[in-house]
This record gives sequence, C-alpha cells and structure tokens, in this order.
Amino acid sequence: MPKWADVILIPLISILLAAILSAMVILAIGENPWAALKLMVDGALGSTYGWGYTLYYATNFIFTGLAVSVAFHARMFNIGGEGQAVLGGLGVALACLYVPWPHWSVALLGATLAAALFGAAWAAIPAFLQAKRGSHIVITTIMFNFIAAALLNYLLIGALKVPGSMEPATAKFPQAAHLPSFQDMFNWGDTTMFRGAPANVTFFVAIAACVAVWALIWRTRLGYEIRSFGHSESAAKYAGISPTKIIMVSMLISGGLAGMMAINNVQGEAERLVLNAVEGAGFIGIAVALMGRSHPFGVFLAALLFGFLYQGGAELALWTSIPRELIIVIQALVILFTGALDNMVRMPLERLFLAMRRA
Amino acid sequence: MTDLAPAIELKGISKAFGPVQANKDISIRVMPGTIHGIIGENGAGKSTLMSILYGFYKADAGEIWISGRKTTIPDSQAAIAAGIGMVFQHFKLVENFTVLENVVLGAEDSALLRPSLARARRELKSLADEYELNVDPDAVIQDVGVGMQQRVEILKALYRKADILILDEPTGVLTPAEADHLFRILENLKREGKTIILITHKLREIMEITDTVSVMRRGEMTATVKTSETSPPELAELMVGRKVLLRVDKAPAQIGRKILEVRDLNVTDTKGVHRLKGVSFDVHAGEILGIAGVAGNGQSELLEVLGGYQKATGSVRVNGEEIDLTGAKSDGQSRRARGISHVPEDRQREGLIMDFHAWENTVFGYHHDARYQKSWLLMDNAAIKHDTEGKMARFDVRPPDPKLAAKNFSGGNQQKMVLAREIERNPDLLLIGQPTRGVDIGAIEFIHQQIVALRDQGKAILLVSVELEEILSLSDRIAVMFDGKIMGERMPQDTDEKELGLLMAGMTTSPRGPLHKAVEANLAHASGDPSKET
Repeated sequence: MPKWADVILIPLISILLAAILSAMVILAIGENPWAALKLMVDGALGSTYGWGYTLYYATNFIFTGLAVSVAFHARMFNIGGEGQAVLGGLGVALACLYVPWPHWSVALLGATLAAALFGAAWAAIPAFLQAKRGSHIVITTIMFNFIAAALLNYLLIGALKVPGSMEPATAKFPQAAHLPSFQDMFNWGDTTMFRGAPANVTFFVAIAACVAVWALIWRTRLGYEIRSFGHSESAAKYAGISPTKIIMVSMLISGGLAGMMAINNVQGEAERLVLNAVEGAGFIGIAVALMGRSHPFGVFLAALLFGFLYQGGAELALWTSIPRELIIVIQALVILFTGALDNMVRMPLERLFLAMRRA
Repeated sequence: MTDLAPAIELKGISKAFGPVQANKDISIRVMPGTIHGIIGENGAGKSTLMSILYGFYKADAGEIWISGRKTTIPDSQAAIAAGIGMVFQHFKLVENFTVLENVVLGAEDSALLRPSLARARRELKSLADEYELNVDPDAVIQDVGVGMQQRVEILKALYRKADILILDEPTGVLTPAEADHLFRILENLKREGKTIILITHKLREIMEITDTVSVMRRGEMTATVKTSETSPPELAELMVGRKVLLRVDKAPAQIGRKILEVRDLNVTDTKGVHRLKGVSFDVHAGEILGIAGVAGNGQSELLEVLGGYQKATGSVRVNGEEIDLTGAKSDGQSRRARGISHVPEDRQREGLIMDFHAWENTVFGYHHDARYQKSWLLMDNAAIKHDTEGKMARFDVRPPDPKLAAKNFSGGNQQKMVLAREIERNPDLLLIGQPTRGVDIGAIEFIHQQIVALRDQGKAILLVSVELEEILSLSDRIAVMFDGKIMGERMPQDTDEKELGLLMAGMTTSPRGPLHKAVEANLAHASGDPSKET
C-alpha cells in the first residue's frame, strides 16, 4: 500500500464512516444531519471567533497528542496525560503567582518550564516503577490521574485558595503574566479578529513543539534509541541501549509535553488555576496520537480535527435540540473509527491495492 | 503395496501472499509407505505447501487428493480426519502438562478425563512397543528433553490415527544421536505402512533416509527424483539454481597472540538456573574457535555475556585487559569500544530492527560514533545512508536499497547486513552466533568466505553454531558445550560427527569401542527413558 493511502486515505475513510454513523444517530433523534454539519462547520470554522476556539482546543490536543506519541515510540502507553496536565497547571499557577515576571514573554518561558517540570515529575514516578519494578505503565499512569485530581482538589480548597473566596480556584494571575491572545495579536486598525476567543500565543509554542518532537524522534541519537527500544527491546539490549534510561527519558519528555498544555488553558485562557481545567484533553491526546500515527504532523492535523469537533459540538448543543451528550457520541465514533477500528478500513484497502497492482 | 493410489497427491497448488507467489502450480505424488523428502531454501515455499495440506492456509488454486479421493481441507480438524498428522518445528505442547495429558488434549473421548487418559495410556504402550517410541507417560513436558518432546508430538499424531506424517525440520534441535534415533522411528513407521513427508534443508538427512525427494525453489517444484539416483551436489544445484561450493576452502590457520581469555565463567539466570558452569577457554588471533552443542546448553548465554548484556561472574580478558562483567558500565557499547563485534544468534530479535530501514540498521549499536553525527545533537542521516550503500555493495546485499525496511530482505541478505556492520568495524574479536541459520545456500557460501577472510586478517573469531557440519568445516579448534559446561576441545582433523555428537550429549569420555551402544544408553538417560536404562 502506498504511503499516502496509509497516512491520508485511511484516516479520511475512517472519519467519513464515523460521520455517516453520526448522521444516522442525528436522524434517529429527529434532527437534520446536513443542517447539523453545516452548523458545526459554521460554528467552528465560519468565523475568526470560531477559529479562535477551534485552535484553542487544538493547541491543548497537540500537546497531549505529542505526549502520547513520544511515549508510543518507546512502546510506553502513557494514559496519564490528564494527570500530567493537571500538575502542569499547578506548575504554571505557582510560577505565575509567586514570581514577579517583568514581561509576558519571560513569563511564558518560565511558566513553560514549570509546566514541563511538573508534568515530567508526575510521569517520573510511574516511569520509575515501570523501569525498576515492572509495574505496568498503563495501570500506574491511570492511577496517577486520580491522585493528581485529588491533589489539585486539596490544594485548591486549601493552600492555593483565595482567602475568603467560596470558589476552589487560585487568585487571578498578575497582569504581566497574561499571554497575548489572538485578539491582541491580530488586530490591525479597525478590524478586530478572534474577538473574545481563547486562542493565544501558545498555539505557536505548540507548533514549535511539533517541530521539536519531529527532530527529536527522527534526527537525534536519543530519538533513534527511543525508536529502537520501542520496536525491539531485545535488540536494544544487544546494542547496549539501557531500557531503564529509555523508559525514564521518554516518559519524562512525554509528561513534560502533557504538562506544557497548561500554558494554553491555565495561563493563556483562564489566567488562574481552576478545578478540572484539563477537561479530558489528556484522554483526547490518546486518540489524537493514534489517528496521527504518532507523527507530529499527523498529530497536528488530528488535533485540528478534534478542535473542530469540540467547538462545532459546542455550537450544536447551543443552537439545536441535539443534546450535549450526542456530541460526545460523535467524538466517540471518531475515536472508535480512527483508533480502534483502524484495521477494519486498512485490511480491505490493502487487498484493494494489491488487486490493483496485480491487474 | 496393493493400493496403487498415491497417499497424497497435490495437483496444481498455487498460493500467493500479496505480491509474493509462495507456491506456484505445485504438483506432487507421495506413494504410501514411503518417506518423501521436500528440500528447499528458506522461503522456497515448503512450509506454505505443508500449511495448505494441514488446513492452515487455503490454496488459491489446485486440488488435494488423499488416497485417491479428492478432499478439501479447510482446517486442521479436517486434516486430522483425513489421516494427516503434523510435527511442527516448534513443538505445540503444553509445558506443564504430562506427556499423557498432551497426547489426549483435543482428542478427549468424553467430558470426563479419566477414561480418556486410561485409554491413551494403553494406546501409548502399544505404540511404544510397535515403533520404538518410548516415552514416560507421566513425565511433565518441561522436565523432558527435546528428543522426547518430539516423540510426544509424533505420538499425538499417531494417537489421532494419522497415516500420513509431516515433519517440519525435525532435526533442528536434536543431537546427531537423537536424530539417528528419530530416523529409526521413521523407518519403523514406514515399515508399518505409514507415509512420511520430511521437510528439511539438510542434504545429509535427505540422502540418509528418504526414498524420493522433491526440490523447491522460489515457490516452484523444480524436480522430483529418486534419492538413490541423485547426489548432494546435484540437489544443491537444483535448490539454488547454480553450482554451489559445499565445502569451505581455507588455508591453514596462522595462529597469533591470545585475544580472548575466558576463565571460570558462571551465569545464573533470573529463575535461578545455572546456565554457565565454570566455562574457560581461549581464542587466538587468526583462529576460529567453534562452539558446538545442541541449542540451549549455554551457548546463547556465553555470547550474551561476551556481548555485554548478560551479567556473569568469572574473568574475561580481551587483549590482556580485564573486562567488567557486572558493573553498570557492562553493556554492548563498552564491549564494542573494546574491539568486540557481535553477530547475534537471532538477527530478527537482536541483530536488526525489522521495521527500521536498512540504513538505520547499519549503524545499530554504533550510532554514537563520531562519524555518524552532524552535530552534538543531530545524527548525520545522509552520511549513514551513503555509508550503507557502500556496505551493501561490498557485501552483495540485494536489493541494494538503503531505504527498504529490514523485514523486506531475505534471511541471507539480512544476515549480510549484520555481518557488514560488525565486520567492517575491524574488530579484534568477532562473536558470531548461528551465522547461517535461515540463510539460503548461496548466501551461506558468501558468509563462510567472509568469516574465513576475517580470520586470515588475523582476527579472533568465536563461532557458535548448532550445525555440526558448519562447525567442522569452519573451525580451527572445536569446543563442545553441554549443560553449561565445556565438555572438551578437539581439533577438527582429529574428530568426527560421532565423537562430537557424544560430547554434545554429555559424555565426558569418548569410548572408541561399541559406539552405538554408548549412544543408546546415553540417549535413554538424557531423555529420562526408563525402559532403556538397564
């Protein structure tokens, strides 16, 4: 099968199948699927406001998708993106609240570093347990999601809560730590674009992260070792590549990337730390990585798709009688078809290409 | 033989896997009561053909006739019903079941196990008497030797009333003596009118035991001849499609200084099993030391220790310098820095990463080398690709495409890539395990020449192989391993397969007297066979 079919055709067919099934569900509850699709496209892509939301969500998913991808290359299944992003948020909050930053750019740098460190630290414990004790990374990272949520809860009703406030949230970050939003950045003369949308400068950090991950995986010795280990642990041992080192390093990078999501949602959008700030982006990252074939460019495209689904879905819930839960059904179908049912499309297509080549 | 219909007749069998035509219009007749050999290189389509016969694959075209009746075999149940039994290269036994339980498994008479086991016990007794198929029905599979495990596989087939027995590379894991025992069993089966198909790539076995032999090459049946009317060189030529040098040409060894000195090496694995028990030997410059032995007697662990990924106690010196065997610095990288190159036994599991491109594989283990780096951070992929093109040309790797994934090369070409990587490092010591396992005859010739050429450059070579012929023809000195110990060293000109076979089976002395009896007694002992002990 040619490469373009593998990376483009299969995901497209999968999405199409998911869309058809979604349309049937919408039909079944008595709504017009065509109108629903139009509404989603209009809402998510029809205005700079819509784009501002779509790209904001996509930024989250790029970070968590990259996180899962890097771990995938070492054959580590990091399900803990959610918890690592929560901890990343904590890092951002501490950096923004307690360090007097002179300018947003320095604040961004510091907060990014703090987010990555906190996320990596949260991934370090499961990674260590896997490397040294053989505790399965899937189990431990899932458990660490719950611990992270509980920890944040504890801090937000205790040490980090604004005295006298009823809300489990930190104080607003100081003005100097506020990141420029797209509205601030793309504002020429009278035309105001992206008005009120949460997309911010972090989107460009996410793109830079894509490039960095690509270079790491395919251009550096470390990436070579990570991929070697991921493909064949026995061969890696023969070559003198330490499994402990690769498990630890790949998971630290993975956790760091997941944590970096927090500069988008915590520093860029909320400008304070609230409960449940991650909103499941850690889990969406798994679907994004699967669909993007663990390649940064694929992750970027898949993140855009899920950003569209998130924003378009929100529009649907707002303007039609389609319940909010249905949006989750549609998103689930996309995940199901692009991730879990990949072979269902792949096998017939492979056979088709073989038949074509022989003919 | 009153029945003139062939036991098995295949007519025009074809099977393709994607673009690969594994079997192309294959027709074959196997007469009842004969031993029919099928010989061919790896990937010639032997196993595919047998898998079609056993119902694992469905042929794209063609017919199967069993005893004169056209039959379809959609699954292995149907094959068993048609009287076909298969003994696989990798045994399909439940390790923690007894022999009896394994025989009955899948062929139980009723929901209650006891009556089936009782019947099987009686059946096994009569089969054992009839065919010299001695097994202890109550022994647990994981406690008995491979020879006995193989007999259990044969018994499983016979218990299911097989008249046609297919054996896929049956001697790969056996000592020469065990192989002889197997051949006697096959002769007995043949005398009782069973039909046997023997799949192998060893010419010696074909000549020794078969009545007729079919040769396969690239999915096609190139010839079927009476064994008595052919010769090994002719068969080799039919297999490869050109004349092949079966012997290795080499000049006398120019032995130099001591390169490798191994003293009292001990390995205990994670389960607490002693894998190496006080192993000591030397290898000199310009010398090939061959380690003979049946697979699983510590040779793999020896290579792993020397290659740096198995901890051990004892002492190893290379060029007079002590090597760290346990510390954190003991890994493949540190060994390579000491001038040790390693062609591992299993290239698919260790030597190569099958999903990596050829160019990524040719630096595997050496990817820290300065010449492969563009900067402190980035690898110089262009230089590596260029380097790979040179290696592929010098080692005749086909197709010479650095961008092809390793898994898309044939076994021989994969091995040449590993060799190119390890030999071109100009090591002082080359560790090489099973250099020609799963490699086609044409490539074997080339690989052997490369090994001898390296020796003639004054390098030390430690060769581990389960192929006695290979050990005998390549080595300048032979050490035999059994149960983690070196049983003895011999010079190739002073020994033969029989003596080495005895050492491989654990005999410390080599009685020159009634050799056959000694083999027998030892075999019975090795496989825990009570009836033979006295």
